[in-house]
Amino acid sequence: MKAYRKLRVEKIREGTVIDHITGGTALAVLRILNITGHEGFIVSVIMNVPSKKLGKKDIVKIEGREISPKEVAEIALVAPKATINIIRDFNVVKKEKVKLPDIVKDIIKCTNPSCITNSPEPVKPVFHVKSKDPILLRCYYCGTILDKNAIIKQF
Amino acid sequence: MFKGRDIISIRDFSRKEIDYLLRVAKKVEETPEDRLKVLQGKIMGSLFFEPSTRTRLSFEVAMKKLGGEVVGFSEPALTSIKKGETLADTIRVVENYVDVIVLRHPLEGSARMAADYASIPIINAGSGAEEHPTQAFLDLYTIYKEKGRIDGLNIGILGDLRYGRTVHSLTYALSLYNDITLYLISPEQLKMRREVLENIRDKLKFKEMLNVEKALPELDVLYVTRIQKERFPDLSEYERVKGTYRITLSTLKKAKKDLILMHPLPRVDEVDVEVDKTSHAVYFKQVKYGLITRMALLGLVLGVF
Ligand SMILES: [Zn+2]
Repeated sequence: MKAYRKLRVEKIREGTVIDHITGGTALAVLRILNITGHEGFIVSVIMNVPSKKLGKKDIVKIEGREISPKEVAEIALVAPKATINIIRDFNVVKKEKVKLPDIVKDIIKCTNPSCITNSPEPVKPVFHVKSKDPILLRCYYCGTILDKNAIIKQF
Repeated sequence: MFKGRDIISIRDFSRKEIDYLLRVAKKVEETPEDRLKVLQGKIMGSLFFEPSTRTRLSFEVAMKKLGGEVVGFSEPALTSIKKGETLADTIRVVENYVDVIVLRHPLEGSARMAADYASIPIINAGSGAEEHPTQAFLDLYTIYKEKGRIDGLNIGILGDLRYGRTVHSLTYALSLYNDITLYLISPEQLKMRREVLENIRDKLKFKEMLNVEKALPELDVLYVTRIQKERFPDLSEYERVKGTYRITLSTLKKAKKDLILMHPLPRVDEVDVEVDKTSHAVYFKQVKYGLITRMALLGLVLGVF
């Protein structure tokens, strides 16, 4: 029990801790960050921890890697309540909540095969955020609504 | 309010704007033809990437009645599209020749993209399975003309409420009006989608029902749509359902005297031809109202009304 606890709360020296990830979506977050495990740095993934706020939450700790604003926006799509903690020398130097923008441009694809954005036309997929919780995106071009499952599948 | 504006989806319009369009349409209808030549010297580009003869005729005649000219194509087969030109390029070429573009295209969202590229107004005449806004405008104009108002009416919509895009656009448009009760009449498997109902829930009263008999005495308007065979995996089920949703003289016995019966056309046999000669039938008048609505719209986006 002691070893288990120690492993779970192990601190990292430099890097990022993503906390309050919607339970069960940590692997999608890793895909967003293009982390496969072959990069060599330490990655801890903790899934389905009981959480007062979320019921169940996931936590991802990445040693030696900070994440970009674009990645933060993408994480917001699959884990709208996530918090990003930037760690330097064992201390949290910056803590931010992910924030879903009102318009999601060129991140995910429309699921409607007849949508103009899935054709060779020079047009990027654009979605308007119809609802943040539960997340619903509406394609600006064809009106198709994407829910959480349709979004997670794309990462 | 409309000058230079793209007409892409009914959802882009407020009640105030729609009411204004309906009033302009009424004025157009009341103006003698020889005084309507307000678009002389203007050219409409009619770009039909898939055939839709009715809609195309309606737009082209509307432009001509206003004194304007029409260029374009009704089949992409002979155009550079076959050589692989994108719609975005076609739009940027054609907009140099014309004052307004009416577009029909098989891909959903195509009109929205065309509007992003063009500096002249784009009017959506159908993009993929999406309904085009002028159908909803003409449906509203029909109700407004025939009933004198839209607020406060009991409106039945019958048939394929699940897949019928015309129905979704009309439902949305009606949700902008006050004190409307919608009677949504369809077989179980063609009921209105939950997400459409969620969007209108706070805006109007609606009742879902499986057959028209009970609702009929209450209705001021009955909008009939076609139930397509392809929606039924089991053909015998289709045959059974078809009869139930067919409007005949005997169905109409319990109707209010001034009930109007609408249909987006083309009709197959969901409204019996015997009904055509009753005062209820307004579906052929809808064609005329469509022409007038499109005249109003062309004049508005080109800034002459
Ligand atoms: Zn789309």
